[in-house]
Amino acid sequence: MPTEEKTPLLQLQALQVAYGGIQAVKGISLELHHGELVCLIGANGAGKTTTLNAIAGVLPIVGGSIAYEGKPIANLPAHKRLRQGIALVPEGRGIFTRLTVEENLRMGAYTRRDRAGVEADLERIYTMLPRVKERLHQVAGTLSGGEQQMVAIGRALLSRPRLLLLDEPSMGLAPLVVEKIFEVVQSVSREGVTILLVEQNANLALEFAQRAYVMESGQITLSGSGAELLADPKVRAAYLGELDEPA
Amino acid sequence: MNELAAAVPWLGKRNPAAARWLILILAIAAPLIAWQFGRSWVRILDFALLYMMLALGLNLVVGFAGLLDLGYIAFYAVGAYTFAFLASPHFEVHLPFWLVLPLGAAFAALAGIMLGFPVLRLRGDYLAIVTLGFGEIVRIFMLNLNYPVNITNGPQGIGMIDPIVLFGWDLSQNLQITERFAINSLFLYYYAFLACVAGSILFIRRLQISRVGRAWAAMREDELAAKAIGINTRNLKLLAFALGATFGGVAGCLFGAFQGFVSPESFSLMESIAVLTMVVFGGMGNIAGAVIGAFVLALLPEILRHIAVPLQQAVFGHVLLDPEVLRMLLLSLAMILMMLLRPTGLIPARARYAHPENLHRSSQP
Repeated sequence: MPTEEKTPLLQLQALQVAYGGIQAVKGISLELHHGELVCLIGANGAGKTTTLNAIAGVLPIVGGSIAYEGKPIANLPAHKRLRQGIALVPEGRGIFTRLTVEENLRMGAYTRRDRAGVEADLERIYTMLPRVKERLHQVAGTLSGGEQQMVAIGRALLSRPRLLLLDEPSMGLAPLVVEKIFEVVQSVSREGVTILLVEQNANLALEFAQRAYVMESGQITLSGSGAELLADPKVRAAYLGELDEPA
Repeated sequence: MNELAAAVPWLGKRNPAAARWLILILAIAAPLIAWQFGRSWVRILDFALLYMMLALGLNLVVGFAGLLDLGYIAFYAVGAYTFAFLASPHFEVHLPFWLVLPLGAAFAALAGIMLGFPVLRLRGDYLAIVTLGFGEIVRIFMLNLNYPVNITNGPQGIGMIDPIVLFGWDLSQNLQITERFAINSLFLYYYAFLACVAGSILFIRRLQISRVGRAWAAMREDELAAKAIGINTRNLKLLAFALGATFGGVAGCLFGAFQGFVSPESFSLMESIAVLTMVVFGGMGNIAGAVIGAFVLALLPEILRHIAVPLQQAVFGHVLLDPEVLRMLLLSLAMILMMLLRPTGLIPARARYAHPENLHRSSQP
């Protein structure tokens, strides 16, 4: 459980990100404590993916600050942030489609030198993702969406992250598959990895997350525990309205 | 070599060892066979080897790293002109071959990095346009740097370039074995170039399955994801441009020394496209593809030229279509047929960065 007096693992302050003059993130502040599973929900175009990409360092920021373990990292390039323990599972999974599943996973250990540790981590990931293990030598592009998402998560885990940024793992997947993915996310979280999850599937995300932030056109409009937000009438109206009707 | 052996029809799959020997014997015997048809054919083979080096280098950039480069011939020009500047009467400088070759390679690599920096954030069509412009800029520089100070000698080009001299042995002179028997200089160049191509293949093969090769594969497949797994895409792109350019530069040096003359017209956009065509024709991202694509497309036009002229004279009584026009026509036709029948090239690449045997070797304790 988070303790308020400890420095947060990740702290964004007045973060601004722009695409050639158009502000996508307009000064947001949020923090993640060690071991938390936090989700960031919001409609299309609210700036969720932009925020995540800025934290991972694949997008430059135009204002504000990003602190990781109390140290500013906004000037570090993406590959150095990964070495510090920040891993991103990008939107749309970012699978290397023409490489095999095993090659994809091993790519995740690109920065690591400890062979034995990598092999051990691979075994751990195989037990966590049995479906992936069955398809090790298959070309990753031929996998189903859910399996690809599993590979993308497995690949990110191979870098032994302390902060895992997950960008819409449920995108385009069938409800049953989404549940499986969330189970994986939860088991990763239980192992002590801090997770920031971006989701449009607010209902499910809020159920799993300890805390959540709601983002609207580049700003954070609400925050609270998952259960609180799930009960909040505004959130229900804006993001869960349609999800309540079907059985 | 294994990929090349596997590409031999029929034999390749049944007996790879035999296929490997067959390629080796053919590579060594090729100029002897060509000699039977006249010395110009040996010369054509020499040029085919230079094209192979170019195709191998471009394949590194386009096939491995996924960066479309339409100005690749500029690096060939940098290598050739470096050689011409440093080993010809033009500046009255005659540095030894062993010194000029690494300098030519280094200058080409530098040019590669100079091109690389401004295009770091471009991809696809935009990258193609800028690289195309770069190729033309280099050519136009060579064409116009003769005034007010004469550096490149403009459109006249630079002649009387020193030949390749290895340990005091001049490759441009026929090697006299006995009084009545001499090995023609074209053969000497052939084997020297063959050694260069073989060396390039070995080096690039190692590179492909190295950490760098893997990172390129990742970058080519998905740049954002590559960044997200900790790949320094900026440095790796620059490395791809620099290494690719190095091969172009070395080939350029060899070309300058072999031809004894360089001029801007050897480095036109058409040449860049010809080399890219070889890579695409053979199979992008594949070493054997680059080699075979270069061999076929360097030889095909010459064969056509020798067939088309007599054929037209026999049928029509005079030459209707100039062989040069016919060459473009048939090359385009060949490309269209390729795209229809084998869109991934003669030898489709295994996109994988490693062969299964390598993978398993590394995963066994």
